[in-house]
Amino acid sequence: MAECHPVAFRWVMEAKNRGATIIHVDPRFTRTSAVSDLHVPIRPGSDIAFLGGIIHHVLEHDLWFEEYVRAYTNASTIVDEGFRDTEDLEGFFSGFDAESNTYSWETWKYQGVDGVVPAAGHKLVYGEEGAGRGDLRGTKMLERETDPTLRHPRCVFQLLRRHFARYTPEMVEETCGIPKALFLKVAETLGRNSGRERTGAFCYAVGWTQHTVGVQYIRTAAILQLLLGNIGRPGGGIMALRGHASIQGSTDIPTLFDILPGYLPMPHASLPDRGLDQYVNNNASATHWWSEFRKYVVSLCKAWFGTAATPENDFLFDLLPRLTGNHSHMVTVSEMADGKLKGYFVMGENPTVGSMHGALHRKGLRALDWLVVRDFTLTETAEFWRTAPEIARGEVRTEEIRTEVFFFPAATHTEKDGSFTNTQRMLQWHHRAVEPRGDCRSELHFTYHLGKRLKALYAGSTDPKDRAIQALTWDYPTRGPQEDPDAEAVLREVNGFTVADGRPVPGFAELKDDGSTACGCWIYSGCFRDGVNQTARRRPEREQHWVAPDWGWAWPANRRILYNRTSADPEGRPWSERKRYVWWDEEQRQWTGYDVPDFVKDRPPSYRPPPGARGTAAISGDDAFIMQADGKGWLFAPSGLLDGPFPTHYEPEESVLENPLYPQQCNPARMEWHRRDNPYHAAWGDPRFPFVLTTYRLTEHHTAGGMSRWLSWLSELQPEMFCEVSRELAAERGLRNGGWATITTARGEIECRVLVTDRMRPLRVKGGRTVHTIGLPYHWSFVGRVTGDPANELIGFVADPNVSIQESKAFTGDIRSGRHARGRRSVTDGVALREPEPRIHAPRDLPGLHAKKRSPPVEPPEPR
Amino acid sequence: MPKLPVLSDWPVLRQLRRRDPSGLGSTAASPRTRSLAPRTASADRVARSICPYCAVGCGQLVYVKDEKIVDIEGDPDSPVSQGCLCPKGAATFQLVTGAHRLEQVLYRRPGGTSWEAIPLEQAMEMVAQRVKKARDETWQERVEDEGAEHHGDQVRRTLGIAHLGGATLDNEENYLLKKLFTALGVVQVENQARI
Repeated sequence: MAECHPVAFRWVMEAKNRGATIIHVDPRFTRTSAVSDLHVPIRPGSDIAFLGGIIHHVLEHDLWFEEYVRAYTNASTIVDEGFRDTEDLEGFFSGFDAESNTYSWETWKYQGVDGVVPAAGHKLVYGEEGAGRGDLRGTKMLERETDPTLRHPRCVFQLLRRHFARYTPEMVEETCGIPKALFLKVAETLGRNSGRERTGAFCYAVGWTQHTVGVQYIRTAAILQLLLGNIGRPGGGIMALRGHASIQGSTDIPTLFDILPGYLPMPHASLPDRGLDQYVNNNASATHWWSEFRKYVVSLCKAWFGTAATPENDFLFDLLPRLTGNHSHMVTVSEMADGKLKGYFVMGENPTVGSMHGALHRKGLRALDWLVVRDFTLTETAEFWRTAPEIARGEVRTEEIRTEVFFFPAATHTEKDGSFTNTQRMLQWHHRAVEPRGDCRSELHFTYHLGKRLKALYAGSTDPKDRAIQALTWDYPTRGPQEDPDAEAVLREVNGFTVADGRPVPGFAELKDDGSTACGCWIYSGCFRDGVNQTARRRPEREQHWVAPDWGWAWPANRRILYNRTSADPEGRPWSERKRYVWWDEEQRQWTGYDVPDFVKDRPPSYRPPPGARGTAAISGDDAFIMQADGKGWLFAPSGLLDGPFPTHYEPEESVLENPLYPQQCNPARMEWHRRDNPYHAAWGDPRFPFVLTTYRLTEHHTAGGMSRWLSWLSELQPEMFCEVSRELAAERGLRNGGWATITTARGEIECRVLVTDRMRPLRVKGGRTVHTIGLPYHWSFVGRVTGDPANELIGFVADPNVSIQESKAFTGDIRSGRHARGRRSVTDGVALREPEPRIHAPRDLPGLHAKKRSPPVEPPEPR
Repeated sequence: MPKLPVLSDWPVLRQLRRRDPSGLGSTAASPRTRSLAPRTASADRVARSICPYCAVGCGQLVYVKDEKIVDIEGDPDSPVSQGCLCPKGAATFQLVTGAHRLEQVLYRRPGGTSWEAIPLEQAMEMVAQRVKKARDETWQERVEDEGAEHHGDQVRRTLGIAHLGGATLDNEENYLLKKLFTALGVVQVENQARI
């Protein structure tokens, strides 16, 4: 955090100055470790075992915050009798289908409840019988069975205790390489720092997400934080430290395949032709906040299709395209490499460096008809046809690449108005300082004018397929000779307005499902409240209280801490004076506090819904987690996740260890790409690739380097690609500090300088084995002011099933001394790099009962 | 010919007269030093901005003179950053004013070996035409592949075009992108957020 989010880390230091204990868990000793109270080196890919160990410790030593857990979590809920845990099924949960490698949620549900709609994640259950043909789910939620004593063998609390029983300190030591004494120190420190007076926070970044079990890493932290009463309270939480200015905004208003703005799922092919009602039934919940779902989708359709969207035509919902499965980045690139795509837009991104398996990306780009790149300068993605390694080596000839490439110079943030949503869900407006020079234009300009041209091209069409683009509202005022669209006008549409008079709505509570309101993104509703751009507010911090609500605007409703109802006890009183944040004011008969209360404003803590209550009326006075269908924080996730209701330690796709906890080696629901150009190593113990590789970022560079590698100020500070190795590994492999090394996986081979350092430590794991980890920054590639081999060329296509994110934080490889690299790539060298094939057969998936049919490798068609 | 020193300019006298006997205060400054000011002081205006690098959201002040950016500093009013910027944030000035920035649209023909500069308007029209052609050729009203999981189901989309957008784009830009591509039936719309 000190390296990649230095200015945010100032607040960690501030907390330390006030007495907080800082624990840093990282395979490397970094600048963060240097100022932390404890540094805990960990084997990459073993965090669930580590966090699970802490959960085990907290449960076994009764360190959990009992009043919080009883009131605000689903600890007492009884789970379906068909549920089987990984304890029963050798590392699997019940409901696994070995043919499709997917789970059904049928047995994970609450006893007697017909579907539990999650706050987020996968709401639809495509795989279930009658998918997309059902009634509204969760109608019996209020009748669910609970055991307030938490003793029922199928209550969530007992299931949790049983699930984590094997995550003992000894198991943690064997799996993570963390000595037992150090682990116990962490577990005790965290566990004791809980209760009315105390809270603790977790900060994480892509070190947790880029795994085949990445979502479950965060789930494990969520369970622990719920047990310790650290969600919704000041000083608590799980903070995602995101790497790009508006990466949070890019999921809220997504350019992602599976969601519409505001986390409304994209429609699916399983819907009937006239699908709005069914879509709402699939995604809405009978109880709690997602019962409002219809208002949000209808208001979105009104924002997009304007007067053409009427109640009679279901607001043109059926014009939206529908999904048939996963259309995420790696799926798309894989299909691109097989020649199935014609055109590709890349805006402000450099996937041949910033993603995984750059050679496979370039193979995809070579098979396109046309590519549009928008950036500040010619990145590797724009230059793939000219200076890529395979061109330099003569394996691919420029003249034979048929792809047309357009490069559009982009405007910078100082040349355009607009808002970022930063990592704390806060929208902040940046004002245009100067006009862009030459042909530089913003993406807003490009998209708006491309849309204008396409609307003109389709204007005379009578083909029904063109109706959506014809009906699309696209009238934004422009300014100046460049005809730059007005970003505030777009933000107004995002905020929402009443259709009759065009006035901004004050918030999402005012949205309607009858077509009388329009709103581009319901969770952002309120960002233009009273016709004022709330995101541009800049009241100096010294002129307001510590929550600083008048700086920028945080979604939802300018709320700075989500689920902050839990900062008060079940009766609505602050847990303690010290941790006072939001509370019930009995005189005013409403919730109040330093922040905008995350609750029904006038609903008293004593409120209990009448039997059969529906919608928001079903929210009990202590249902703090109003987005969940049961109002509770989920220790057990009955739906929403594709790989299990509890987190389970699985080894990475490629590991040095056999799974020490379960017979099943890898996440059984992971995504794999079985292609000749995407070879995998053996699941564990591959003699060709004995070391763990992990990737990370540097303070002085930014992701794929497009915003840093061309700058002399930054390039001078970090001029060259390198790898970090321990003294022990250096001795073993004859690596010299400052010298060269060649690093190899079955996907590719790179060379870089060697940094021999005590900051990397070999870890001792199961059986006294020593595990060496090699650290790799990944900012460099073949163009720019400073160049170097990209770590990306080493990484394969394999992904987490929930979010389709690649595993670039833990995989295996080899390192040799010297500059031996011939720069080979599996994509262009065919079998050469994979030889010799491993003679071991370490199964990733348990044979027998759970044997699964993973597609065998196939030879993809030759690129054109 | 240099001016002859006058007695009143004698340092000791000057220091005494200005009550700076040690000579470490204001008397140590030369006239040139006294005339210097930071380039932010003479800026015509200051635009309030946010750092474009990581997601912490540090406040930035963008100083403009003669319609050119002359400096970018941290915003002391920001409750997020209190005026601080990290090495990347502090390099924002070079990011936005550096010589690496291209100002022309470039085009590479199929099989071409070099870039060609083409007018912006022409390039926009060429891209629009290609989107239309690719979309029309790959349109899927329903899943037609026999044996496919969703055979016969209505999908109204194209799988012939894809988009990948950076997470440094503004919300308003992402909104228009998602809106336009969805209306065109493009479902393969993705972002750095996936990575």
